[in-house]
Amino acid sequence: MSPGELLPGSAPIQLVDQDGRRVADPAYGCPDTGVLLDLYRSMVAGRRFDRQATALTRQGRLAVYPSSSGQEACQVAAVRAMGELDWLFPTYRESVALVTRGIDPVEVLTLLRGDWHCGYDPHAYRAAPQCTPLATNTVHAVGLADAARRKGDQVAVLVFIGDGATSEGDAHEAFNFAAVFAAPVVFVVQNNQWAISVPLSKQSKAPTLAHKAVGYGMRGHHVDGNDAAAVYAVVRQALDDARAGGGPALVECLTYRMDAHTNADDAGRYRDEAEVELWRQRDPVERLERLLLAEGALDEAAREAVAAEAEESAAALRARMNAEPELTPGDLFEHVYAKPTAHLHRQAELLAHELSEEA
Amino acid sequence: MAATTSVTKKATTPATKATTKAATKAAETKAEASVTPAVRTSVTMAQALNAALRDALRDDPSVLVFGEDVGKLGGVFRITDGLAAEFGDDRCFDTPLAEAGIVGTAIGMAMYGMRPVVEMQFDAFAYPAFEQVTSHLAKLRNRTRGRLGLPVVIRVPYGGGIGGVEHHSDSSEAYYTHTPGLKVVTPGTPADAYSLLRDAIADPDPVIFMEPKRRYWTKGDLDLPVRTEPMDRAVVRRPGTDVTLIAYGAMVATALETADAAREEGWDVEVVDLRSLVPFDDETVTASVRRTGRAVVVHEASTFGGYGAEVAARVTEQCFHFLEAPVLRVGGFDIPYPPPKLEEHHLPSVDRILDAVARLQWEEAGA
Repeated sequence: MSPGELLPGSAPIQLVDQDGRRVADPAYGCPDTGVLLDLYRSMVAGRRFDRQATALTRQGRLAVYPSSSGQEACQVAAVRAMGELDWLFPTYRESVALVTRGIDPVEVLTLLRGDWHCGYDPHAYRAAPQCTPLATNTVHAVGLADAARRKGDQVAVLVFIGDGATSEGDAHEAFNFAAVFAAPVVFVVQNNQWAISVPLSKQSKAPTLAHKAVGYGMRGHHVDGNDAAAVYAVVRQALDDARAGGGPALVECLTYRMDAHTNADDAGRYRDEAEVELWRQRDPVERLERLLLAEGALDEAAREAVAAEAEESAAALRARMNAEPELTPGDLFEHVYAKPTAHLHRQAELLAHELSEEA
Repeated sequence: MAATTSVTKKATTPATKATTKAATKAAETKAEASVTPAVRTSVTMAQALNAALRDALRDDPSVLVFGEDVGKLGGVFRITDGLAAEFGDDRCFDTPLAEAGIVGTAIGMAMYGMRPVVEMQFDAFAYPAFEQVTSHLAKLRNRTRGRLGLPVVIRVPYGGGIGGVEHHSDSSEAYYTHTPGLKVVTPGTPADAYSLLRDAIADPDPVIFMEPKRRYWTKGDLDLPVRTEPMDRAVVRRPGTDVTLIAYGAMVATALETADAAREEGWDVEVVDLRSLVPFDDETVTASVRRTGRAVVVHEASTFGGYGAEVAARVTEQCFHFLEAPVLRVGGFDIPYPPPKLEEHHLPSVDRILDAVARLQWEEAGA
């Protein structure tokens, strides 16, 4: 492929503008209204889940929570674009993506509640554990995608990273391996413009992060990450191409982290409220809502029903998260190896003895 | 990356007189690992490893062999010689030069049901993969409560004695043995090289397979395929009554040579070959030291904080009332690995091990 074919366009791909009006794109059609309604419902639910998780942190129910607020279009639309057999490789910020994938929200929050590292079964949902170190999940994604390709399975892989993680060596190795192996993997870079306190300008001098793809011989796409329709269309096409043997792609979704890095961070120390306000006006959920209301696909009653449904899920989550998790310290030794070694067996006995003394 | 010519010049230190000639010849003619008929009487460790990979590829379609130069070239040590030709590029293939990428993709492949066997070209070249090994490969089973097991084997040619320039001779085992979730195995003989590698590939857990590269050309008399003791067991390589030398990898041969020399000094030395560093076979080691009452742990790696410290501590804890003398360690000095012309001063020699044996309070015991 010539470098020109790999390059992203001069402006982010947009199918719905800030005011909720459709925008024509030469390469991508807007998803059907049914898809848009589903994206809207999932984003409303995702946002409500996110607020609930933040509240649970204040109540001490979660050790920490990295909010997805403002990034719902990226996470929801990218996951909805996936096929049933495709695999998802999330990071710690993708709780909303995992809930969208259909994973029990309590299992999603297990990591952050702190009773185990990963609460869900990766094979059941075809979703890897959330990755806390940066970009290390990208090489896993490439490996799984390449294994599927070698077996001749029609499986593609979607891996999320952020703008900061594109600076990591593992991201470079993953982009390169993916291109060389023609692995069916789509790298979705949520460029929320802040890596904790470090702005994108100190992270990279690339024209856009999507341009990085070209150096690896992979297609780069630059997308308005607050436009769920555009994210859905571009990611879906990229996954379809990858499954069909077209190789990997990098999709940069330009978005904004509305909250601090986590509840433990103070964004006021490093960024202006005016910038946050600017992005508040570009809200991804309101944008899609405007379109659906204007086109009559959504009325006030339906809007309220969607909100009520999200509220109900949040209440159910709150109730379940307020129950104390059952902890079994003996499990610490169970899954270090397929079968505990004699050495670990002795340490388990030591802990069991300590616990019996305490009891 | 290293030139292969720099690693084949120096003769190995053979275990017995019988193998001296063979080892020297092998060193002169370089490795001949290309042909592995079903039955053979004289086999180098390199040939045994090659045969193990070939048989694993043949027996299990989920086994994949990949890494740097492992395809057409057959690896810089020729351990993967002929595999790409026999099994095709889909089963044995070259990767870009990036160790984190190699281990990271192996993890993803294992998640999809494959059994990747990857080669790190040299000990010190495995360090870029350290995060993938310690934070992911070792932990994914635990993180997911046993739902994601990773049957990955990472082959690491390690240790010195081959005249290699810097970054080609590290003994890196302690980095791995200190990481829960990994198994760490190292063969000391050609028969074990075959059998342990087959076991490692069949194992449900990640295995760091440390290959003592200076013994690649050491020969053993055996018929392939050969199966030795299970992977998690240490073995008594040579029985003795006075003192136990606890060794692994390249130092097994040196310990056996020391045992021969010690006989002339009047000591009957037992040699235990650990084979598996994790898990550690307390039973075999403890039984030996309780019999002999004295122990010396031998490894090439720097002594401070080395694997020998764990062995010495365990032996002391479990054999205290049987010991006639403190458990001693003989290892490399606590220095960056020396340049090739000076490495003989660094590596544990028969003399240095004998000196340690001599310090085991023989007179006090006899008095």
